Amino acid sequence: MTGAPALLASERVSRSFGPVQVLFDVDFDLVPGEVHALIGENGAGKSTLMKILSGAQPPSAGTLRLDGGPMRFSSTEEAEDRGIVLIHQELNLADQLTVEANIFLGRELKRGPFLDVRAMRREAHRLLAELETGIDPASRVSDLSVSDKQMVEIAKALSRRARVLIMDEPTAVLTARESQSLFRQIARLRAQGVAILYTSHKLDEVKAISDRVTVLRDGRIVQTTPTAAIDEDGMARAMVGRDLNDLFPDKAPSPEAEIVLEVRGLDVPGHVRGASFTLRRGEVLGLAGLVGSGRTELMEGLMGLRPSTGWIRLRGQTVRIHSPGQAAKLGLAYLTEDRKGRGLLLDKTMRPNLTLLGLDRFSNIFINKRAEERALDDAIARFDIRARRRDVRVGNLSGGNQQKLLLAKTMLVEPEIVIVDEPTRGIDIGTKQQIYGFIEKLAAEGKSVIVISSEMAEVIGLCHRVLVMRSGRITGELTGDAIAEHQIVRHAMGLEGSEIHDRQH
Amino acid sequence: MTVSTEAPAPSASPPRRRPGVNFHVLGPLLALILLVVLGALLNDQFLSSGNISNVLARSSFIGIIAVGATFVITTGGIDLSVGSMAAFIAGSMILAINYLLAGMGAGWPLVLVGMAVGLGLGLISGAVNGLLTTRGRIEAFIVTLGTMGIFRALVTWLANGGTISLNFEVGDIYRPVYYGGVAGITWPIIVFALVAIIGEVVMRRTAFGRHCSAIGSNEQVARYSAIHVDNVRLLTYVLQGALVGVATLLYVPRLGSASSATGVLWELEAIAAVIIGGTTLKGGYGRVWGTVIGVVILSLIDNILNLTDVVSPYLNGAFQGVIIILAVLLQRSRKGER
Repeated sequence: MTGAPALLASERVSRSFGPVQVLFDVDFDLVPGEVHALIGENGAGKSTLMKILSGAQPPSAGTLRLDGGPMRFSSTEEAEDRGIVLIHQELNLADQLTVEANIFLGRELKRGPFLDVRAMRREAHRLLAELETGIDPASRVSDLSVSDKQMVEIAKALSRRARVLIMDEPTAVLTARESQSLFRQIARLRAQGVAILYTSHKLDEVKAISDRVTVLRDGRIVQTTPTAAIDEDGMARAMVGRDLNDLFPDKAPSPEAEIVLEVRGLDVPGHVRGASFTLRRGEVLGLAGLVGSGRTELMEGLMGLRPSTGWIRLRGQTVRIHSPGQAAKLGLAYLTEDRKGRGLLLDKTMRPNLTLLGLDRFSNIFINKRAEERALDDAIARFDIRARRRDVRVGNLSGGNQQKLLLAKTMLVEPEIVIVDEPTRGIDIGTKQQIYGFIEKLAAEGKSVIVISSEMAEVIGLCHRVLVMRSGRITGELTGDAIAEHQIVRHAMGLEGSEIHDRQH
Repeated sequence: MTVSTEAPAPSASPPRRRPGVNFHVLGPLLALILLVVLGALLNDQFLSSGNISNVLARSSFIGIIAVGATFVITTGGIDLSVGSMAAFIAGSMILAINYLLAGMGAGWPLVLVGMAVGLGLGLISGAVNGLLTTRGRIEAFIVTLGTMGIFRALVTWLANGGTISLNFEVGDIYRPVYYGGVAGITWPIIVFALVAIIGEVVMRRTAFGRHCSAIGSNEQVARYSAIHVDNVRLLTYVLQGALVGVATLLYVPRLGSASSATGVLWELEAIAAVIIGGTTLKGGYGRVWGTVIGVVILSLIDNILNLTDVVSPYLNGAFQGVIIILAVLLQRSRKGER
């Protein structure tokens, strides 16, 4: 396969932003009919390389070759016309338009001067059916779930008749089943001779679907090998440049300390019914289940971010929580899964972001900026936040650093109970490990942590006890050795669990 | 993009500030200085204390209102009703004073009651706008477009299509509030300066100001950061209403009358001043000092055109329009820079 002539290749491509060089002499190629995985930690230069290959940014030095000839794209449009399509991780869809309008955006089918709505609907329907989704082409994108939006983005790329498909972490927001159907599509495209560049932090996926793997570290290519010749540990080692035996810190024994939080019969209308659970001091409680099973909604209901009813007992006191402000005063804090949309002000610098939740600690009448700066110093040191400049806009930080800042922001109010929702989504393996360390340390300090996660390894490696949710209900509780992948899956899929039979409908 | 800002190695203490002058931040100030120099070159009367005092006094009504608008816009809202609200408050104030004249007699107590009525009406009107947008969940543009029409119609109705005039006797007592002052500086200028300074401090140094810009920047993030979004929003509209009240009670003694033509287009002048000053129209970033400069710039253009005969003063609006568009162009290039 590697013997075939390259469809798209970079030769000694470098890229600098101002004084900072992020890519060094990168040689990378894609041949027809292969899936070439590009892996590396956040900040390794993957995004930049993808942007250069897709025409979004020019290289500072080096050449791009398309079909063997040197090529300079002046825009992504030009690249798309040549059959090179990038599917962004941050979805580029017009929220207010319908699915079909988005798929054909900029390349609308026409009959005379008018839009050929019928043909577009037919074609959109066919593309979506190929992807095995049940999305209605006429529905508005704003009404879709994140994973459906991702599928629309992929359908859009397919409609462009791509020869080269560049996919930036397409499965980050997909459920296991959606990922599987995506992989089938990738296999189909590969069979048709499309060259696919695939990035993911999920190394098992990379192992399963790619033909070749290129590892990027600090802007340099570490190695390019056939996937068959490298295993997941090898990939992780190459990415990080060191051994990663202990991704998860040692679990402390399950605590027998007092119960700090007791929830009985919590209902969040439309999402959660009758959720009951307890949480002990020093405990890490996992909340597993499929995307959409009501995990986030349950915690948002508890935090007063959504209307909810139920009985909540906090350190022996019955409380009613109406607002996140009140929850914070009671020592409850929630780290949203949507750090860009709900967690951080992307157009502001780190300081106002850090203190936003705990601003009352920094102000009487006036805000004490010096105290804020000191808090930022502490946060940078404690959570190892790496920013090029102190006044960088938070939107320009990498995902891992954003997550650390969000964690720092939340810990500033010194909560007794911390709820973290998908704490490592879209984050590289080295940063993941750090975040696991922070969570473990919190528990060791006597705080209680609830971890919502779709990553089995995370739930299994980190939690003392795991609750599994399905269709808005808590269907199982696993402790000790029972915390295993197949057990969680069985509960999440409804093959096992206490409340299967009294489901509504 | 993320890659570009990533440090290759952990650095314990990144540099705090980047060197050099940011022209986008100082843009409005430079424009103001340019206008002053231009004015001084074109007319030797321009820098006389009389003319400067005149310009500032005329700026002060819009200026006081625009300080309120800065908070509303920074929070991601808009208030189109302020001009009509000012006319409505002016008319109601005058009617109240005239009505109470028989009972209370002409004197400072009556004037103070009239001022209280103006301020109270401002607070209530602002609260109506705020409650409709927050509790009623209607977009601010639509709410205030509606109340703009309502206030305008009310003052026209109160004036029966004509003019409401303040009783002359009371007018004589009230007049110093506009024409009088301390050390040659008239009251409207003093009040404007106070409102501006307090506004700047509140915006920059208090939790309320920080919350305003957080909400304007991303309402969801603000909500998840335990900010009472609705309360902050409501407060900005109440503040706006109160400041319209303050501006109006300084304005009434100037002419001693109100009609359906009072305060026409003030809302657009106020919004223009806010935008020229560097506050982003979609919210998230606001600066009161910029607004003050914006107001003065708009008045200066008017003043310079009136003092010189190089260009017709009828083109005033065109010059103001150009300045607004230029200001927004500058804002956009600032975004790309960081």
